[in-house]
Amino acid sequence: MSRTESTDVLVIGSGFGGAITAYHLAAGGAKVVVLERGPWLSGPEFDQDFKFGSSTTRVFDFVIGDGMSVLSGNCVGGGSVVYFAAMPRAPRFVFERHGSIGRRMWPAAIDRDALDPWYDRVAEALPVSQQTWDDVPFAGGLFGAACDHAGRTANPVPVAIDHDKCTNCNWMMSGCRFDAKRSLLLNYLPAAVAHGAEIRPLHEVQHLTRTDDGGYRVHYSIVDEVDYRVHVSTGTIDAKIVIMAAGAGATPVILQRSEPHLGTMPHAVGRYFSGNGERLNTAIFDEDRIRDVLGLSRPDGVPYEAYQIGKGPCVATWDQLDGSLPEYSRFSLEQLYFPPGFGTILAQVPDAVGPTWFGREKKELLRRWRSWLTVFTMSEDDNEGVFGPPPETGNSMRLSQQMLGRGALSYTPTKNTLHGWAESDAAVKDILERDGLSRVMPWTNEVVGAYTVHPLASCRIGDDPATSALDDRHELRDHPGIFVTDGSAVPGALTVNPAMTIAALAERAVPGIVRAAQERGVAVRYGAPAPDGSTAGRRGVLPLVTGSTRR
Amino acid sequence: MTLEAFADTILPGEKRFPDDRAVAGVSTGGGAVASGAIDVLRTEEGGMAPALDALADGLNEHAERYAGERSLPLDDAVPPFVSLDYDHRVALVRELVAADHPEREAWVSLAMFNTIAFDAASHLHTVDALAAGHPGLTTMGYFGPDSDGLWRFPSYSYGRVLARPHPDTTPSGSPA
Repeated sequence: MSRTESTDVLVIGSGFGGAITAYHLAAGGAKVVVLERGPWLSGPEFDQDFKFGSSTTRVFDFVIGDGMSVLSGNCVGGGSVVYFAAMPRAPRFVFERHGSIGRRMWPAAIDRDALDPWYDRVAEALPVSQQTWDDVPFAGGLFGAACDHAGRTANPVPVAIDHDKCTNCNWMMSGCRFDAKRSLLLNYLPAAVAHGAEIRPLHEVQHLTRTDDGGYRVHYSIVDEVDYRVHVSTGTIDAKIVIMAAGAGATPVILQRSEPHLGTMPHAVGRYFSGNGERLNTAIFDEDRIRDVLGLSRPDGVPYEAYQIGKGPCVATWDQLDGSLPEYSRFSLEQLYFPPGFGTILAQVPDAVGPTWFGREKKELLRRWRSWLTVFTMSEDDNEGVFGPPPETGNSMRLSQQMLGRGALSYTPTKNTLHGWAESDAAVKDILERDGLSRVMPWTNEVVGAYTVHPLASCRIGDDPATSALDDRHELRDHPGIFVTDGSAVPGALTVNPAMTIAALAERAVPGIVRAAQERGVAVRYGAPAPDGSTAGRRGVLPLVTGSTRR
Repeated sequence: MTLEAFADTILPGEKRFPDDRAVAGVSTGGGAVASGAIDVLRTEEGGMAPALDALADGLNEHAERYAGERSLPLDDAVPPFVSLDYDHRVALVRELVAADHPEREAWVSLAMFNTIAFDAASHLHTVDALAAGHPGLTTMGYFGPDSDGLWRFPSYSYGRVLARPHPDTTPSGSPA
């Protein structure tokens, strides 16, 4: 039997929270190993194909819970491989939210001003740019025109997309084979590898134990590359520092499973889960009204019929992101493409006589699929989600070879959350049904409960030990040397796409992790440039990290 | 046949032949059955295959009970669920997928796979499915790829300003 391996820093997960921290620690001189439970795909391996076993099912996880289902990345690069690359910063009021605890939920050290230099670092690294209306596909243009017709504003959202390479194929949820989408596979991860970090795909971490020298032993299974239900072997790695970045649907589960070995977890581990207040509405447009009311037509003369064309969400209305409005009344509405595979079952038939999500009338709705427009609500929920006892392995009981599982998350929306959803649904109706443009119905929660692509807050930062699992440096309370840097650390719903905020928080957490590693004898220092060598972002944050910096 | 009738209830189609009993024939064009619902359910990847016999038996037991409660005559020549007409199939499926039904997860899963057969043809490469005129993707008007099998849309934008931006937008394009 071989000796247990050891490393300075063990990173669990390779999405934003894992890739960013792995890069900085490796660049600073630490020995870094990244364990990722999904496969490692790139370029031409990203299939434009809905067949089971193509990249569409290999890189995704869809976990059905009680009242909430979670769609997340499951591959090297994590959520960045499957995301739609919309990268807005969270509005100022978000950091002042009270949520379910009745007082400010974010740590005192963090507000929008404090986070902006860290956002700048991410914007430089990916990079993130503002779109023009020329970049916006027909669906985004239609949503923008409808917003304008309703007397509202609408913005092309900032994105991490190389517009010269983008073909508007709308397959980006299966990974971008044209390398137009700036996933972590193109910046932080190759830079981490260049500095010696080792990334091991198909390694699913199950639990942590303590080592005699005050570090941690990480226990993993190696997963079969085709059938993720099959574990082919197991192993362990010892580390001085553990960074948990398995995502908000998995990080708390690993910690729950570790509790018998590590001792009691903070109360907030596996609680306060937020679905980012998300909700989808599908509108079925009248093509003639698009032409007659909005004056739109494509170069070929067709008014729209372009649901399939484009690149995910491109236009949002931020009129309701008004800090003077009461909490649970603030939300953004974003045009979104939701592809087939799971993208049609939850769409409901407006004014249905029979069932709303299946049957005769649903079939007729699908005949008009080209004229669909999906609008994505991101609102303020109440952090209602709670994880039950962890499954035997992973974060769900896997049902299919890939993608589909049954998890232990339960979510019962409160009156506050329902209020936000109702207000946003009404706003969508007001915009999209005006002057007979379309008919619109929210996606049903009856099939698999509510649904989020942006799971957050299941292991959150905060100043109050009773309601937060992490201190404001992202260290797990009462478990020194374990840091959590993924979406689970975000305290609550953000009312916008969260990738930019998750990434900025990971950047901000790095100096504290470097200091903790130094205290454990690791020869590491802080101060790497952006992955491509740019230094403007580093100049912006260095004044903030004095005290934890050795230069 | 029973599972075909369930798939046809979720996304109905036209009869494949005049005496088709599984497909109720309440919609023109192919539905979930013609889209390959049974093939999708039988794939090794999907994970449903081991449960199919039990699901078919369960569905027929529910159909017998449903018919008994309503004194509906059943035709012994076909399984009980197939014997129900379309509207009764719908009514029974609504009962089975209702929020308070103890077996709802099984029936919702079955419906999910039927829908995936129609909207994604997950048992086939998408390029091949489109080339073969897959009923679901064709009904939806799913655009095909270029000659190299990859999708690109060179014409994609109205190319003009269509709304005013929010007044509190930062120079980098985010909410202030």
